[in-house]
Amino acid sequence: MVRDVRDADRAAGFTRRAAILSIGTMGLFSTVVWRLYGLQVKQAEEFGILAEENRVNLRLLVPQRGLIYDRFGVELATNRQNFRVLLVPEDARNQGVRNVEEALNVLGEIVEISDYRRRRVLREAGRNRPFVPIIVKENLDWNEFARVNVNLPDLPGIVPEVGQTRHYPLGSHVAHLVGHVGAVTVEEQNAENDPLLRLPEFRIGKLGIERRLDQPLRGAAGTAQVEVNAVGRVIRELARNEGTPGDDVVLTIDQELQEFTSAQFEGESGAAAVMDVETGDVMALVSTPGFDPNLFTFGISHEDWGALRDNPLNPMVNKSVAGQYPPGSTFKMVVALAGLESGLIQPNETVFCTGAYAYGDRDYHCWRRQGHGAMNMHNGIKYSCDVYFYDVARRIGIDRIADMAERLGLGMATGIQIPGERSGSVPNANYRNGRAADGRPWVGGETLITGIGQATLLTTPLQLALMTARISTGNMVVPRLVRSIGVGEEDATIYEPPSLDIDPAHLAIVRDGMNGVVNEVGGTATRSALVGEGLSMAGKTGTAQVRRISTEERATGIRRNEDLPWRLRDHALFVGYGPVEAPRYAVSVVVEHGGGGSRAAGPRAREIMQFTQMRDPTSRAPFVTTPLSSQQNATYVEEQN
Amino acid sequence: MADIGFGSQQRSLVAKLMDLNLILLLLICTIACVGFAMLYSVADGNWDPWASRQMVRFGLGFLALIVVAMIDIRVWLNLAYPAYVVSLVLLVWVEVAGDIGMGAQRWISLGPLNLQPSELMKIALVLALSRYFHGISTEDVSKPLRLIPPLMMIAIPVALVVRQPDLGTAILLLAGGGALVFLAGINWWYIISGAVAAIAAIPIGWQFLQDYQRNRVLTFLDPERDPLGAGYHILQSKIALGSGGVFGQGFLQGTQSHLNFLPEKQTDFIFTMLAEEFGLVGALGLLGLYVAVLGIGVATAIRCRSQFGRLMAMGVCVTLFLYVFINAAMVMGLVPVVGVPMPLVSYGGTSMMTIMFGFGLLMSVHIHRDTEVPRHTTSLW
Repeated sequence: MVRDVRDADRAAGFTRRAAILSIGTMGLFSTVVWRLYGLQVKQAEEFGILAEENRVNLRLLVPQRGLIYDRFGVELATNRQNFRVLLVPEDARNQGVRNVEEALNVLGEIVEISDYRRRRVLREAGRNRPFVPIIVKENLDWNEFARVNVNLPDLPGIVPEVGQTRHYPLGSHVAHLVGHVGAVTVEEQNAENDPLLRLPEFRIGKLGIERRLDQPLRGAAGTAQVEVNAVGRVIRELARNEGTPGDDVVLTIDQELQEFTSAQFEGESGAAAVMDVETGDVMALVSTPGFDPNLFTFGISHEDWGALRDNPLNPMVNKSVAGQYPPGSTFKMVVALAGLESGLIQPNETVFCTGAYAYGDRDYHCWRRQGHGAMNMHNGIKYSCDVYFYDVARRIGIDRIADMAERLGLGMATGIQIPGERSGSVPNANYRNGRAADGRPWVGGETLITGIGQATLLTTPLQLALMTARISTGNMVVPRLVRSIGVGEEDATIYEPPSLDIDPAHLAIVRDGMNGVVNEVGGTATRSALVGEGLSMAGKTGTAQVRRISTEERATGIRRNEDLPWRLRDHALFVGYGPVEAPRYAVSVVVEHGGGGSRAAGPRAREIMQFTQMRDPTSRAPFVTTPLSSQQNATYVEEQN
Repeated sequence: MADIGFGSQQRSLVAKLMDLNLILLLLICTIACVGFAMLYSVADGNWDPWASRQMVRFGLGFLALIVVAMIDIRVWLNLAYPAYVVSLVLLVWVEVAGDIGMGAQRWISLGPLNLQPSELMKIALVLALSRYFHGISTEDVSKPLRLIPPLMMIAIPVALVVRQPDLGTAILLLAGGGALVFLAGINWWYIISGAVAAIAAIPIGWQFLQDYQRNRVLTFLDPERDPLGAGYHILQSKIALGSGGVFGQGFLQGTQSHLNFLPEKQTDFIFTMLAEEFGLVGALGLLGLYVAVLGIGVATAIRCRSQFGRLMAMGVCVTLFLYVFINAAMVMGLVPVVGVPMPLVSYGGTSMMTIMFGFGLLMSVHIHRDTEVPRHTTSLW
């Protein structure tokens, strides 16, 4: 049995080695167990947090932007349902087409898709993960959207969706005032750290009220906690915190009046403002030509932007607050008030107008070459005699004129809540339009020219309306554009502006002159008188020269405005208030290069004032926001990758 | 000798069936059921596409196990070398004409079947080495000349598999073969010098590795090196494991695996999913089942009267252990990712058949534990 002994020996050796091996394997196993213990017991909390971070994503919910109303509750800026069509490439493939292109072909039979959009969709489809929806077309009309929905079973991967976009029902009539929204720029993103600004679909106020009141209008972002998988696909929503919708804004504007005022310009370039002289409420603030603010909502096209930019009438400039014009003869009331207050000028003193006024080594001409004859203050205003005001200005000096101008609201921003307001400029002997530093002494002739509202004087149409409102009441009214922000936050206290401290007798003389301009035979704006029971207006025309008239031209005859190229024609201006006996509204009209104030501006002001007084917006109950009116909680999840 | 089992060289089929180790079969079925449950969970609570097919495969594998167990151990002895040679030839064949699958040449298409010669080799190598050491005496084992053939038997397939490249199988073959050589009783001096030589060979072996294999090793040594690339999978696997805690997030509730943060969760990373959903308790439970199987296997080996049976049983045990250890250590970042499945649990037909065939051999050893096996090939038919 040698073999058996040897085999027993071999078996014993095997058993020993097998035991050693088993111990070894158990040793290795215990490292695994130790590691499991480490991961699942000691580090469990840490990995649990990491797992949660993996899993949960925070999505922002875009709050509904506040609406903008006029004083009677007419919507000037709203949020419109945006019918759009999205394409999910993955679903398209699952539903029977080979690729995105085929899916677009099928959709293209129902709604038109431009080649440009088609290329963009294909490019985005190539970049994104296949479950990320791509916007194929936005802003469909109801018919198109209905067609898509009806045919949905045959449209592979197509998802119809209702989003929200800003809409301006009045279009260009309120464009400069209300402004528009647009995509957030990098600078705007860096300027504040509201996470909403990082959403690609978020829109921010770019102009007008939309920009100035962007913060309250915007509201606060909500959040949704969603569970995502490893590639970012949303599996389900875990929690949701609706944000706060933006505050509604009510303006002092009367939409009907605004539209009417805007319509008076018929393609002319100009601006107008209508104010309540007692409260300062701005009821119309127009700059023409306008533009369609809705163009900017989805990003303006190159063609549209080029057309706006290259238009010589500058539609993108808000001329009512950012256009600066020499006031021309509308400034004569300022000079008259300054003269009366100085005590150097008596209202019945006369100046004899021969058509020119000699001062220094040159003649200063009146607009009426043959002269006006003997002029007192009333007639100086009524006939707008330049020589009379050359004389007054020379006698009282520039500083008194500048002081009165500033008291009436010129030469400084009015503080209206529209971005980009310009201050205009009022010169005086010490400081003249920033040019004092050159050391050049004030030239007396410039005082004369300032006396008729020229030289370096610059005013905005809103300032002119404000000036007129202050003259008509003697009070330091301040323009107001925003009635309320948010629900029921209307300032109920009755606004009592302080007095301007101008002698009422002086004001009466000037107002009487303005009445003469419109309502007395021979006044410069008699054709602008209002007709109708209880309707009346007093005012002043203005014609601001934009070119220098040379001595030679004066000798051969001044060229008429009609013979000049548009750019060189005079600006036409008119300021007025009414009704004459109990002033309630002030108006200013500027028509750029419109020619004479009595012909281009006066009649427009007349139409506006007639409409305003017939409508009489201050006598109607204004709109007050209630919780119900601002109850728009239609927030929606902003899908992003 | 009037020994009962020793003399009866041929037993009836019924007697053999009665002799099956039922506890071992029960353990195998339990592990497979854990696998079905996990595959059901991987598919978010669906039997399709994985669990149902895995059940069919397990059924086929179970049949194979019984058939293999019934076949006389001496037949396996006779088939050892031919099986090895055939496997080797097929391995060479895939080198030459194999299809490309997963970036590695591993398959031979036989109609609907994909044959993976490296899987065959795992069994064939165990058979061949057992056969070889069965045939030589204890004294001869440690003679240098006698050691050359077994070392060649290991080295040639390992080299071929590394070239494929399939690092996981190569490690399995190398470690499994090495363990059999050790079990055969070679002198300790060989083992010590072999270990020294292996360490010295690391720089040389590095040259043979493919770029992606080197990356895996480097990433394993320093996971921060590439947190979004190769290191990402390991990090995600650790997060999933750790978030499971002691009792797990619950069946079908594992967020990391269900939200696809885990890669290959139906195959290589299924253990992670189990640990996420059933926690430390579940993970240790599955490991316990494997340890129980290994315990039965080792007992079977020691109990066996023939050196061939002993070696073969231990060979199967070592292979099973290596599968489990490498897979578990891999998903928790203890060893580099080498693509070794968790036996009976991971989805996959080929490894299932290999494992079940191995268990068949183990069972055959159990049934034929007292069968006298001649030193050399004899004709039974």
